[in-house]
Amino acid sequence: MGLALVPVVFLAIFFVLPVAGMVGRGLQSDGAWDLGGIGEVLGRGRTLRILWFTLWMALAGTAFTTVLGLPVAYTLYRLSLPGRRLLRALVVMPFVLPTVVVGVAFRTLLAAGGPLGFLGLDGSWAAILAALVFFNLAVVVRTVGGVWEGLDPRAEESAAALGASPWRVFRTVTLPALTPAITSAATIVFLFCSTAFGVVLTLGGLRYGTIETEIYILTTQFLDLRAAAVLSIVQLLAVVAILFVAGAARTHRERAMPRTSLLSGLRRPHRGDLTALALTGLVLVFVALPLVTLVARSLQVGDGWGLANYRNLGTTGSGDALVVPVWTALDNSWRTAVDATLIAVVLGLIVSIIVSRRARSAWGRRVIATMDGVFMVPLGISAVTVGFGFLITLNRPPLDLRTSAVLVPIAQAMVALPLVVRTLVPVLRSIDDRLRQAAAALGASPLRAVLTVDVPIVWRPLLAATGFAFAVSLGEFGATSFLARPDRPTLPVVIYGLISRPGAENFGMALAASVILSAVTVALMGLVERLRVGSMGSF
Amino acid sequence: MNPINHRVSLALAGTLTLALSACSLSSGEPSSSPASTAAGSTQGTPSSGHAKGTVVLVTHDSFVAPKKTLEAFTKQTGYQVEVRKNGDAGELTNKLVLTKDSPLGDAVFGIDNTFASRAVDAGVLSDHTPTNPPAGMAPFALPDPKAARQLTPVDYGDVCVNIDDRWFAKKGINPPKTLDDLTKPAYKNLFVTPGAATSSPGLAFLLATIGKYGEQGWQDYWKKLMANGTRITQGWSDAYSVDFSGGEGKGSRPIVLSYASSPPFTIPKGGDKPTTSALLDTCFRQIEYAGVLKGAKNPAGAAALVDFLVSPTFQKTVPDNMYVYPVNDSVSLPPLWAKWAKVAKHPFTVAPKKIAKDRRAWLEQWSEIATG
Repeated sequence: MGLALVPVVFLAIFFVLPVAGMVGRGLQSDGAWDLGGIGEVLGRGRTLRILWFTLWMALAGTAFTTVLGLPVAYTLYRLSLPGRRLLRALVVMPFVLPTVVVGVAFRTLLAAGGPLGFLGLDGSWAAILAALVFFNLAVVVRTVGGVWEGLDPRAEESAAALGASPWRVFRTVTLPALTPAITSAATIVFLFCSTAFGVVLTLGGLRYGTIETEIYILTTQFLDLRAAAVLSIVQLLAVVAILFVAGAARTHRERAMPRTSLLSGLRRPHRGDLTALALTGLVLVFVALPLVTLVARSLQVGDGWGLANYRNLGTTGSGDALVVPVWTALDNSWRTAVDATLIAVVLGLIVSIIVSRRARSAWGRRVIATMDGVFMVPLGISAVTVGFGFLITLNRPPLDLRTSAVLVPIAQAMVALPLVVRTLVPVLRSIDDRLRQAAAALGASPLRAVLTVDVPIVWRPLLAATGFAFAVSLGEFGATSFLARPDRPTLPVVIYGLISRPGAENFGMALAASVILSAVTVALMGLVERLRVGSMGSF
Repeated sequence: MNPINHRVSLALAGTLTLALSACSLSSGEPSSSPASTAAGSTQGTPSSGHAKGTVVLVTHDSFVAPKKTLEAFTKQTGYQVEVRKNGDAGELTNKLVLTKDSPLGDAVFGIDNTFASRAVDAGVLSDHTPTNPPAGMAPFALPDPKAARQLTPVDYGDVCVNIDDRWFAKKGINPPKTLDDLTKPAYKNLFVTPGAATSSPGLAFLLATIGKYGEQGWQDYWKKLMANGTRITQGWSDAYSVDFSGGEGKGSRPIVLSYASSPPFTIPKGGDKPTTSALLDTCFRQIEYAGVLKGAKNPAGAAALVDFLVSPTFQKTVPDNMYVYPVNDSVSLPPLWAKWAKVAKHPFTVAPKKIAKDRRAWLEQWSEIATG
């Protein structure tokens, strides 16, 4: 059990300590606790308005993302379509784009005079909602798709053979098997939506504040730490409540299930798939539109077209806007991402293994359920609170880490960790323990049993999780911009630096760099897909 | 055989990987180029030849200095500079206040006249004024004597309404000139500005209106402005690159809030004059200051760095690198600036102490009017 301590200590140092430090600073005056302010802050009309908006925006974002994500997951992971691997990678592209770039892409489309300006959505909550769906679709498609792909189609086939309608088959056979994955994905999407920050600020044009934007303004502009602390606590309580509900929904459903490791799950599309295909087409157009806008604008040079913006990526921009050329930043991003992915995958694996154990006592079950939820919490807490918390808590030896380069991959790993855990746990829990017992009974050593039972099943989701963690790290901006050292910026940090400075050249470079960032991600995800397929021959 | 054992062995494999990841790619990497040593990275380990160690400069995200300039400082004084960026001016100031007991560095650059009082009142700075104050610096000093002893003006910039001259010429409409003009029906739905709560030029514009219409009058002005179809964006880049017709996005609005130094950037390739201009009767002046942090590990180095920031060597780099004007008037501006980026003769002003006291109330009132 000592191993369980590694992720717990990690979380305690890099999450609990900073957040507690910040909240403590906010609620203490002259060394004594002053809790009288809590009621006052919560009683403000503005606070209530913001809480309400955050809640329903996150709920709506989650609902839309999940409903739209399911047909896409089905089409891309269950049907043998040509080019499906490319499409799978395409869906992930938005996930790694810096919010400021997505903001510009969306606003270019929606602003008066833009291609979709006639919709009148610029600056509306509908624009924010669309952007939330755009960002998070990848979470649902990949989490659910990964499980869907591995489902044994024979159960569905027998149901159909016994006369069940396709809808009935889906409702009684497929959906129950997918529920744990759907709940997992929806939980993550909800946490992402409720802490969305850049998108809300850019697209909402300030009219719509969420808890996250409010904490940012209170902390960085007004230095009202008390109000920020109160909102952080509200955030924490809400997240815990959500995780509790999600955890309860999951444990009722997660169980061992028969699965296939053959690719027989993939089949040709037939007429019954038309709805799913049409919906997928629409969603893909919706995902592609902002991306196409981005590519088009990156190729615009003055009034004409050209590759000048891409050629400039080897420079530091006009007026030396950057410390390092964009290619160097890409190199930094890649190195950081390798570290972050390693940390996230290793810790995620440990947590998943522990959490997927079936405890015999009620107490043990409670411990496991708590641990399961605890590692999700960082997704739901304001990056500003954590970031400022780093500054005031990790400031003395032996933990004087404020300027250490190590913090960047660690912060990124913290964002990626829940994704890894949520991808692996449903799979691990679904492994029938009797398989291991059978292996042991046949004389296999514990290691051999793991290699022949667990590894073949976990292997594919683990690769998926690794790819996802890598993508998260490549695209992470909030925490990275806060922690990255100026002489070693990552690509999103450089893009932000370029876009916030005057000059058409810098703007063009920012868009070109964004296109490169997406392209690298797509290439990587494509590679992961290929590896997963390559592995099939050996089993 | 207990199934837990299997999981333990799986987990053990994981720990091994963790141990392996200790030899990571990003943390063990030595600095890529010798020049980057001057710009950062060697913390606490003075490299050979520079026995006097490192000065840590805490600054905002917009700080840019050519490597050569920082190397010149090292050559002159023996100190190396390590730059640490910390968000915008507001975030920077608030971080300094929060970390007062264990400061983030030795010297600070980038606290502006809207946040100066907060930093001074919180006591994050030590007294230091340059030994050889440059000509022309005095008018930019903070009015409060204590603040003036701690913060040295380095550069300034005028935040002004900009217009797309080509648009107005093409439509045959007379362009606006004053803040009052922006509320006239002729300019309905033409103005875009970043919001005061989320953008520092946005705040500067709010302060310009407070300077012009007074503490009681600005709210009425903003109501009229909003009724005239003003669009508020989150940040400057969004307003200038998406909505402004003279910017990169060729948006739909020909009036934007930007800087007095923006026009030279719109000179077309092969052209000789900008397609936009700044309205110099609508400006608020942002002044940026530097100072020595209280509790600095290297106070002598910090003082030397502050002195360097107002010396001609550094001052002549600020227009091209940070798009601001040097306070040292013995330094000449780049030719295009001298011609096309004139500054306001009489910018609107609001006392820094007043800003520190009322900022929040103003921003809350503003939010109600502009985004409510």
